[in-house]
Amino acid sequence: MSEVLNGALTAKDFETDQEVRWCPGCGDYSILKQVQKVIPELGVKREDVVFISGIGCSSRFPYYMNTYGMHSIHGRAPAVVSGLKATNPNLSVWMITGDGDALSIGGNHLIHLLRRNFNINVLLFNNQIYGLTKGQYSPTSEEGKTTKSTPMGSLDHPFNPAALCLGADATFVARTMDRDPVHLRDILSRANAHKGTSMVEIYQNCNVFNDGAFFGMTDKATKANQTLFVEHGKPLVFGENNEFGIKLDGFIPAIVSMDSVSENDLWIHDETDRTKANILVRFYQDPSLEGNFPRPFGVFYTEERACYEDLLVNQVETAKEKFGEGDLNSLLRGKNTWTIS
Amino acid sequence: MSSTLESTKEITILFAGDSGDGIQLTGTQFTDTNALFGNDLSTFPNFPAEIRAPQGTLAGVSGFQVHFGSVEIFTPGDECDALVVMNAAALKANIKSLKKGGIIIANTDGFDAKNLRLAKVESGISPLEDGSLSEFKVYPIEVTKLTKECLKDSGLGTKDIDRTKNMFVLGYVLWMFDRTLDPTIKYLSEKFKKKPEIVDANVKVLRAGYNFGDTTETPTTRFSVDKAEMPSGTYRNIMGNQATALGLVAATQRSGLELFYGSYPITPASDVLHELAKHKNFGVKTFQAEDEIAAVASAIGASFGGALGITASSGPGIALKGEAIGLALMLELPLVIVNVQRGGPSTGLPTKTEQADLLQAVYGRNGEAPVAVVAAATPADCFNMAFEACRLAVEHMTPVFFLSDGYLANGAEPWKFPTAEELPLFKANFAKPSDLKDGEYLPYERDENLVRKWAIPGTLGLEHRVGGIEKEDGTGNISYDPDNHQHMVNTRAQKVANIAKNVPKQELELGAKTGKVLVLGWGSTYGAIKAAVTDLIAEGHSVSHAHLRYLFPYPQNFEEVLKGFDNVLIPEMNMGQLRMMIRSEFLIPAIGLNKVKGIPFTKGEIKEKVLELLN
Repeated sequence: MSEVLNGALTAKDFETDQEVRWCPGCGDYSILKQVQKVIPELGVKREDVVFISGIGCSSRFPYYMNTYGMHSIHGRAPAVVSGLKATNPNLSVWMITGDGDALSIGGNHLIHLLRRNFNINVLLFNNQIYGLTKGQYSPTSEEGKTTKSTPMGSLDHPFNPAALCLGADATFVARTMDRDPVHLRDILSRANAHKGTSMVEIYQNCNVFNDGAFFGMTDKATKANQTLFVEHGKPLVFGENNEFGIKLDGFIPAIVSMDSVSENDLWIHDETDRTKANILVRFYQDPSLEGNFPRPFGVFYTEERACYEDLLVNQVETAKEKFGEGDLNSLLRGKNTWTIS
Repeated sequence: MSSTLESTKEITILFAGDSGDGIQLTGTQFTDTNALFGNDLSTFPNFPAEIRAPQGTLAGVSGFQVHFGSVEIFTPGDECDALVVMNAAALKANIKSLKKGGIIIANTDGFDAKNLRLAKVESGISPLEDGSLSEFKVYPIEVTKLTKECLKDSGLGTKDIDRTKNMFVLGYVLWMFDRTLDPTIKYLSEKFKKKPEIVDANVKVLRAGYNFGDTTETPTTRFSVDKAEMPSGTYRNIMGNQATALGLVAATQRSGLELFYGSYPITPASDVLHELAKHKNFGVKTFQAEDEIAAVASAIGASFGGALGITASSGPGIALKGEAIGLALMLELPLVIVNVQRGGPSTGLPTKTEQADLLQAVYGRNGEAPVAVVAAATPADCFNMAFEACRLAVEHMTPVFFLSDGYLANGAEPWKFPTAEELPLFKANFAKPSDLKDGEYLPYERDENLVRKWAIPGTLGLEHRVGGIEKEDGTGNISYDPDNHQHMVNTRAQKVANIAKNVPKQELELGAKTGKVLVLGWGSTYGAIKAAVTDLIAEGHSVSHAHLRYLFPYPQNFEEVLKGFDNVLIPEMNMGQLRMMIRSEFLIPAIGLNKVKGIPFTKGEIKEKVLELLN
């Protein structure tokens, strides 16, 4: 088993002997399965793969991956992966987190991880609820949500994770969902291929405490009209028969019928356009927009920027070139000494 | 020349002025000059919390005390022989620590009406002129004016000229204590090598101060302090935080590990980060994290990856790190946590010293979470104990606290530094692919000391999961089994207790193995206790001194040491934290001497308490 290189490994080789303990029907199962399918295809050695999580339902994930793994503490996974990646830049590091873990208790660490741009993949399972603590509203829950901790409705304005990450200068921001395995696998591969912190928000259904949060976007009957799958260089179209498109009028997006416009008039998705990415990720939250804008999925934004660990290693190398490999005796001696005979 | 030269064994001098007057630099240069001359010495810098408190006010007074001698020096000195003051506030704030008959060197330009008002001298009359200092020897010098005079042709602006006035004072003091200007000139030339005009100006003023002493008509007594008889060897001067940083580097060099230092700026620990950041050519990776929690969590990530993860802070930051320290304990990974203690609670007294985080280090986590704790006794000892913290963390795969404090961090002393080869080598026990048994790897398989191996990502075949949830011994799989939890709690406790087998026996610093009073200290009280007990023994009393460096677990023979005495006195800069631990562990009625004023004990305070116990 361990002698075999990854190329020959299959999804099965990434399963552990631990019983998976999410609630039956949880969206996490689908994500686990797709991750186990994708990892063997990435050309990474199994011993170089590390899964690090915080706390929450999703954060049990590492126990189910036959790789190196750490189930750390609530919200702090971004800091753990930073130290790990700084120590060994060769590792393929995957951070598993949830909406509470990443955006509430760990919000500070997340934004700093993104601006530093360590080369890791972040999978943020967003179910818009606290599952492990049995049903309190989360930082992505909709305003007014009635939960155990908010019997009169939540007062909190929710975070838009993708917009938050763009604001923190993330170099890769994408969204996918548990119920679209093909798209999920595609985004995971893209995330892995990106050098830098790859932020993947995954809509994940919590069938116990927030069932149906994303049904409109995952159900066959409504999915086509409520979702928009963006691809670089392609126009923004959606609907059962791609009958709708999105046009950009200045900075204001508008839904148009394809009867009245040609594809050339539509917004053409450009992953490297930060300004348009900011508009795109706010479709569903912008009250000034008329009509029912679809929820976008896909890679919204990507840019090349130096990774922290590379810069750090570079500084160490530069210091060695400049001052020579550290000599402990000369460090201990310092600059001024005197001798007593 | 109207001066006379008097020989003396030891001198304590306190430099005081505005925090913008360059007092710390003046004190440090005077210290280094004496160290290079061959004196034994101890220093105590005391600065205000404000970066630049309003000029001339009491809140803005910065001090630097240095005690040097031809005899062994243990403390920065209880009382001063000489007080150098740059203004009225500095005099007012420090006059109480000057001996009767002591020397005051005063910059009279800092005693004008404005300075008197800022110093809240209600009479409005300069204390240099109102007769209130009649029991001291006062040397008033127009430092500001003389400095201006000296540099009037330099072409420098008023501000730059004013900044050199500390060099005039330093020059004068070096003259008074019969020391050469060479080390300071060398220092200035290096420090300002890109600004030769600044070097010239400072050196000119420094010489002017020296010559002023030499030529002034005032009858002045100069003092000459011989070299100290210290063990032969090569010495350097070192401050505690610097020694800590060097100890950490040395430990990673002697174990072949990479040093990862995750830290968030906090007084008085930041200088460790500054020092380490200079040594990247040793493969040191420093990471200024976004907060205290990220600092420790990044260090844990580094340790998981095979580096030695180290984090440092002071009390408030340590409080934030608590949960993560518990994680490191559960993961059974090495982690060194440096706490440069300061006055607490909460923000407390950031620039002042205290020892009130001992219980936090030993007990301050949720659950049954034993963490080893070591502490340094002197600034140079920070090197030894930081090294030891690393060694124990790696050899026992567990978090270890290293306690320093503000007094050690900023204090300095001569250090007979070791060579690299004299330092112990130690080894991380990394797991290898050959540790697989029947294709299975057991991450929590333990050796005879209950220590697991360090299996790092990248090692073929040893893929495994660790986490903060209770785990089954051996496999590391999640386990909620009641008996397993009891077993794991016992195992972790025993594992940490086993560290006692791996630390040196408790020795006595001074005195017989049995007697009436054992003065038991830990941390920076060392100098004051040693000075007091030295005196008491010389006076014929039955007193001994033991200093704990390994506070949890204790050295194996520690109880034996305690039982040799009728009384155990524990002076601490807290309300009795070690006393509480000793009482509960050994069931002896240990007595406390407790002080929480943000300043160290004096020798006199300890002597007084011991004499009270003896009578």
